[in-house]
Amino acid sequence: MTTAHPTHASEEEASDSAGPTGTGSVATRVLGLFILVGGVLLAALGLALTDPDVQLGERMRPIYVHVPTVSAAYVLFVLNAVGSAMWLWRKSRFWDQVAAAAAEVGLVFLGLTLLTGAFWGRITWGVYWDWDARLTSTLVMFLAYLGYVALRGSMEDPAARATRSAVVGISAALLIPLVHKSVDWWRSYHQDRTLFGQLDPSIDGLQLFTLFLGLSLGMALAAWLLIHRFRVGWLAMQAEEGGLDDALAARRAEAASAADGVEVEAGGVADLVAAPPAEKEQP
Amino acid sequence: MAKRLSLFAAAVRLVAGKDLRLEARTRVGLAQVLPFAVLVLVVMAFALDAESELLVRVSPGLFWVTVTFAAILMVGRSAALEIEPGVGDALRLSGVSPSALYLGKTIAVALQLLVLEAVLVVAIAILYRTPLAGWILGAATLLTATAGIAALGTLLAALASSARGRESLIPLLMLPVLAPVLIGATRATDAALGTSDGRQGWPWVALLAVFALSYVTLGALAYRPLMEDS
Repeated sequence: MTTAHPTHASEEEASDSAGPTGTGSVATRVLGLFILVGGVLLAALGLALTDPDVQLGERMRPIYVHVPTVSAAYVLFVLNAVGSAMWLWRKSRFWDQVAAAAAEVGLVFLGLTLLTGAFWGRITWGVYWDWDARLTSTLVMFLAYLGYVALRGSMEDPAARATRSAVVGISAALLIPLVHKSVDWWRSYHQDRTLFGQLDPSIDGLQLFTLFLGLSLGMALAAWLLIHRFRVGWLAMQAEEGGLDDALAARRAEAASAADGVEVEAGGVADLVAAPPAEKEQP
Repeated sequence: MAKRLSLFAAAVRLVAGKDLRLEARTRVGLAQVLPFAVLVLVVMAFALDAESELLVRVSPGLFWVTVTFAAILMVGRSAALEIEPGVGDALRLSGVSPSALYLGKTIAVALQLLVLEAVLVVAIAILYRTPLAGWILGAATLLTATAGIAALGTLLAALASSARGRESLIPLLMLPVLAPVLIGATRATDAALGTSDGRQGWPWVALLAVFALSYVTLGALAYRPLMEDS
């Protein structure tokens, strides 16, 4: 995948046909509307219309959010690994941006999972945190992807950044199941109370429907956020690459008009100032 | 095939020798990392109120946390050697395969870590008065855990070497994925020292070996794209 290097000054024309030029589109607006309506429906079903669980009672309700967020997070981290592999294999910048967006959105969902889990733990077990195998490995996973995002944020060269973060992304995806296994072993060796033994809610009818609604909404929201984050990343990348060319073109135009004996207008300088790679972080 | 293998082994030896020679000449490990590690043990004693019984009980955990801190410094130094101007090009021109380079650097780090651990074991025996026991299980734990720490650390330090704030990035990347090694090493050391059932130790050593092998494989495979893009 190649991006055209725009030699013209206009930002609007600088778009590459392979990539988006804005972050909204008709499809995402429709998707967003569905998510909003679905969210209201989920809140009504999850908070009021469904019966409390036979065993867990009202404490069952956070599950309608907790399970969807963790499922979406896992899907996004798998997508991150796929994107990372595609960068290493094909040097596809599209997939590099997908991997980056998936990791960030995945972190948000995993963070929500930890948060809803902590509140659920508080009302069910009386504690926010327990060194349970699943909790611990989820936290480790969260920290590992924080490292991924931190690495991306601290490198300038796009190709080196993509390669290095791809290696981290793939390593994380390969090693996290092993981390989970070892943490599982660690906790079963200690054999504390088996808290998750309780969590076997008998679900049926409207509860099941609500959970599926939650799951589909979670995935839809993940997709919506992913698309927007991807588009922002793509535009930032274009600005990084196009910024210098745009500035050079503006400067040449200015020099040409000066050579023609025409006074350089303030607009020429303003264009130059307006065209820097705004998204690029400076150390 | 045999010739290629011996060439590969020679390259690994060469790289490991280069790193160890550099270390021997600059003496940063000996003069800075080693005293730092002993200092961590002392600071831990301050933090835990130098209560003898407690220190003995938690000494396996403190030992491995200290080793991990020291390893973070060591792999950072090891990676910094390769990003000096011109070194990357020279390495590419030398024809040394990326996996040989990776293995050589990992071995150099592992050997330095083993020396450091030997000193720390003595320090713990004296400072914390931890009775040493279970030598065979202990040695197996040291070898497998050190291999895992060095293998993962060398890869991640190389990844972070050209990033801003690499000093803090290396532990951030390293510690989450190193969690199994810390767990396994602490449990196995616990068993070796007799604070828990001795038979429980060997399965953890097996786990440590599995992790060391996975990290080495991952590193040897991932080092090529890293070198190409640096």
